Amino acid sequence: MTFFLQMLVTGIVVGSVYALVALGFVLIYKSSDAINFAQGEFLLIGTYVCLTLITAYNIPFIAALLIALMFSAVLGFVIERIVLRPFIGEPVISMIMATIGLSSVLAGIVHIIWGHETRVFPRIFSEQPVNIGEIVIAPVYLWSLLIVVVMLVIFTLFFKYSKLGIAMRATADDQQAAMSMGISVKMIFAVAWAIAAIVSAVGGILLGNINGVNASLSAIGLKVLPVAILGGLDSIPGAIIGGLIIGILESLTGGYLDPLVGGGLKEVMPFVILVFILMFKPYGLFGKKKSRGCNR
Amino acid sequence: MRNPFVMDCGEFHVNYKQDMAIWKITRVRMRVFILLAVFAFFPVFASDYIIGLATLCGIAAIGAIGLNILTGFTGQISIGVGAFLGVGGYTSAILTAKLGLSFWIAMPTAGIVTAIVGGLFGLPSLRLKGLYLAIATLAAQVIILFVISRWDALTGGTAGMVLSRPELGSFVFYSEQSYYYLMFVVLIITAIFTLNLFRSRVGRAFIAVRDRDVAAEVMGIDLFKYKVLAFIVSSFFVGIAGALLGHYTMVVSPELYSITVSIEYLAIILVGGLGSVFGSIYGAVFITLLPVVLRSGVELMSGVFPDLSAVLIGMKEVVFGLVIILFLIYEPQGLAKIWKNIKDYFKLWPFSY
Repeated sequence: MTFFLQMLVTGIVVGSVYALVALGFVLIYKSSDAINFAQGEFLLIGTYVCLTLITAYNIPFIAALLIALMFSAVLGFVIERIVLRPFIGEPVISMIMATIGLSSVLAGIVHIIWGHETRVFPRIFSEQPVNIGEIVIAPVYLWSLLIVVVMLVIFTLFFKYSKLGIAMRATADDQQAAMSMGISVKMIFAVAWAIAAIVSAVGGILLGNINGVNASLSAIGLKVLPVAILGGLDSIPGAIIGGLIIGILESLTGGYLDPLVGGGLKEVMPFVILVFILMFKPYGLFGKKKSRGCNR
Repeated sequence: MRNPFVMDCGEFHVNYKQDMAIWKITRVRMRVFILLAVFAFFPVFASDYIIGLATLCGIAAIGAIGLNILTGFTGQISIGVGAFLGVGGYTSAILTAKLGLSFWIAMPTAGIVTAIVGGLFGLPSLRLKGLYLAIATLAAQVIILFVISRWDALTGGTAGMVLSRPELGSFVFYSEQSYYYLMFVVLIITAIFTLNLFRSRVGRAFIAVRDRDVAAEVMGIDLFKYKVLAFIVSSFFVGIAGALLGHYTMVVSPELYSITVSIEYLAIILVGGLGSVFGSIYGAVFITLLPVVLRSGVELMSGVFPDLSAVLIGMKEVVFGLVIILFLIYEPQGLAKIWKNIKDYFKLWPFSY
């Protein structure tokens, strides 16, 4: 039972980070109908920038985090402007291939600048494990959970009450109507990319604190894809619930089934679940079918 | 003899046979034969290294034609080609190495097995479209690769399997030249089959599904049947390419069929031209030679910038990504369209308006 609870807690923490990164996918999809295969690289770049600031320039963590997030926002903004702008309204395959190309470019740049070896974040959170009943939790897990919850609350409030958030929802609903109401749809797209880059960077920094940082961290982008699809690409609650489902499932698979088959099933499980869910709910658990005109 | 410098400016067909021909003008047909002859005879003069590269390009072209049937002609994006190549390679490996069957049986069987697997993973295509289908094929990639690397008894796990070169009677296709000719024949068959496929009822149904699936259904095209059929036909050729590649490199192992390979193949058909058989070939040559050219470029420059070779891997990725993005922005129809533009320019010259 203890083992089960331990696995469950790990799953919830990792799942909440997944949910955060999936939020990036959902934001971009909701506003601009695109899916960002370069999300993993966004995550990686944000993490590396933060790490470099801490280790090479001795900047305190909080300041480094803020600078890294600002950098990510600018990166997302610029990339939307340069790479994605030409693909508004183009067929799905162009969008997919463009972001795949983008991910290749970014991965290459990361390789050139930071190389391949794994780096470790300097200890920011205390290492003294916290005992809850019989479960042992590392503080970094608790902090991650807390940060993710805070971020999700902030975003919920942002979309509900802020002017920009409302404009983003309006754009997601109906681009033309939003445009005729004086909302700059292009601006909204750029903001969506910037926010997606920010949440990815936060997710990356949290995961980096848990597991260390190397180029393979970007694979998380592909792993979070099933999360976003499972919840429904256009649903923010879907991203959160999908994240938790996949995180818990993955952790339990890792704990119970992996020893039986010799490892690796953990990575595949999200995709197996995804295929089954898609067979019955083709637009994910909370997704809505969009009736779109000519671009499929 | 007409003046060879005069370009053809019109097609005048007087019967259906002429109208349906693949190469409509005698001169074009001549040109194709000359081109074929050039490619048939070039291994006689070229070095082994060049022939090897050409073989790799050709095998990539076979797979790319297969993917193009699915993505370019039927409009269903697949990010699972890498794994399907693996299915082909492993099937052939198992049949020849474990069961001792001949390559000539194993290769078609590899195609058929891959076609079945592809058809299975194509089943969701009835309900999924665009993005969601792409993710479902991504799932296929991950799941197949997992099965390959974990089913140790059958596939040798992460260690992979060793294959032998095919034999014909007492002749073994061991030299680069002989394998090149094997690939060449298969490529020609694939290209001709596909060219003809899109002149047939089935092929036109594929294109109708791509262009407007609802309208296609209204006109009586069974969407589900043709979508799955596209997966099957496409996977067949991908499987054949996988088997050819496996017997060429003489080794199959899971990391050869990663998602990177899937993306490379998508890049091939994109750079070559979606929905173009010849585009697939141009794209395969382009993408296969890109890292080779890049490497020799870096070697050339290494005297001036000695640190350059350290960043070669990163540079490859950057250039690869840039090529995709630039093609998408400036010539979404790929090299095939560029080639057509060049031909049109000379056709109309000097009256290009």
